[in-house]
Amino acid sequence: MNNGLAKIARDGLWDNNPGLVQLLGLCPLLAVTGTLVNGLGLGLATLLVMMASNITVSLIRNLVRSEVRIAVYVLIIASYVTAVELAMQAYFYDLYKILGIFIPLIVTNCAIIGRAEAFASKTTPLNAATDGLFMGLGFTAVLVVLGGMRELIGMGTILAQAHIMFGEAARNITVQFSETHDVFLLAILPPGAFIGLGLMIAVKNVIDRRMAAKEILSQTQVVSSPSQA
Amino acid sequence: MRNTIISAIILSLFAIIGTALVSFTYDATREKIKTNQRMALLRNLHSIIMPDEHDNDIFTDVVMVNNPTLLGSDKPIPVYRARKQGKPVAAVIASVAPGGYNGNIHLLVGIYQDGSLAGVRVVRHIETPGLGDSIDEQKSDWILGFRGKSLLKPQKSSWKVKRDGGEFDQFTGATITPRAVVKAVYNSLVYFKQNRELLFRPMPEPMPDMRPIPDIKPGQKPADAQQETMQP
Repeated sequence: MNNGLAKIARDGLWDNNPGLVQLLGLCPLLAVTGTLVNGLGLGLATLLVMMASNITVSLIRNLVRSEVRIAVYVLIIASYVTAVELAMQAYFYDLYKILGIFIPLIVTNCAIIGRAEAFASKTTPLNAATDGLFMGLGFTAVLVVLGGMRELIGMGTILAQAHIMFGEAARNITVQFSETHDVFLLAILPPGAFIGLGLMIAVKNVIDRRMAAKEILSQTQVVSSPSQA
Repeated sequence: MRNTIISAIILSLFAIIGTALVSFTYDATREKIKTNQRMALLRNLHSIIMPDEHDNDIFTDVVMVNNPTLLGSDKPIPVYRARKQGKPVAAVIASVAPGGYNGNIHLLVGIYQDGSLAGVRVVRHIETPGLGDSIDEQKSDWILGFRGKSLLKPQKSSWKVKRDGGEFDQFTGATITPRAVVKAVYNSLVYFKQNRELLFRPMPEPMPDMRPIPDIKPGQKPADAQQETMQP
């Protein structure tokens, strides 16, 4: 069982990452990652919705007939998203104003309904919750890295406007790397998002290939070492 | 047939549960959201008109006005009025600059009773990050330069960006955005000059004012007013 959960976690974070492998939910992913904080905000909102909907879908998996299941999933996800949107408006108002339309658009994030249909509807609530958590974390990580990268290259800062998420105390945690206010526009504009995501996918593939090569190498060593002896 | 009915029942059951969840959250957060919107607006208003410059509740002392030509919106626009000891101090017009690079730029234009600008703030815009967004107070000081200007200072011919022969800076690579803002601020000043008396009519209370004035619609709740203009 523990092994199963570890596999689920690994899938969500790396092997089957929604942003880098499944390439789902690209619309918000590309649109809001102008800064690290924006990416983090949308990522956490998505994570919340994904966990909640996964658990719910798993709980009702024997109750809902297959003819209406997609409609039911959409209903569940839409309700959660609306609830999260309202909560965000109540507790992170400034962030809500920036993320704006992309919060309601979480409903259309294929990654969420995809996990509900492909995974949560066929497994226990515990597995479903784990999957939601780690898929959400994987998605958030991609948003944060892409947002941080674009912010750093585009504006020379990291964690700009952190106070809209972490409160006034965080106003000064912004790291300013370049003194001038010159901006590298390409990184901030939509093409920068595509290029950045493309680079991230490329890097992931390179790492995967290296790891696979290492694994093969170590296996052959294991096989060949007794014969040497 | 039986299956269809069962499916329908399941679906409606979830519709009810979902709706219940949403309405519960809505109820639980409504007050807080209202406060947030109010605080955000007050913060903007108070960055133009200092809190000690007025003693009325600037948030509720509001008229809705409609002038698409000068204020840039077909919809009624709120004008917040600052008074001290009952005397008019300034009006803050939530005008719209329609000619931005990416659509409407929502402004707050604060104008003192003598017709000079108390200040201008950008409330909402979707101008290009890094170029046009320098109108945002968070990004540059440009918007602060309006304070103290008026219809006569500078003269009409200079109420333009430098590239058009005026005296307001444009940004490198972005002329359209500041041009739109300068024009909208100027138009707001014109509007204020034409309507100063009407804007500062005493609040109609307790009965709504019966005189029909085509330009001004008094007595709308500020919360509604904000909904209408802040979230079109």
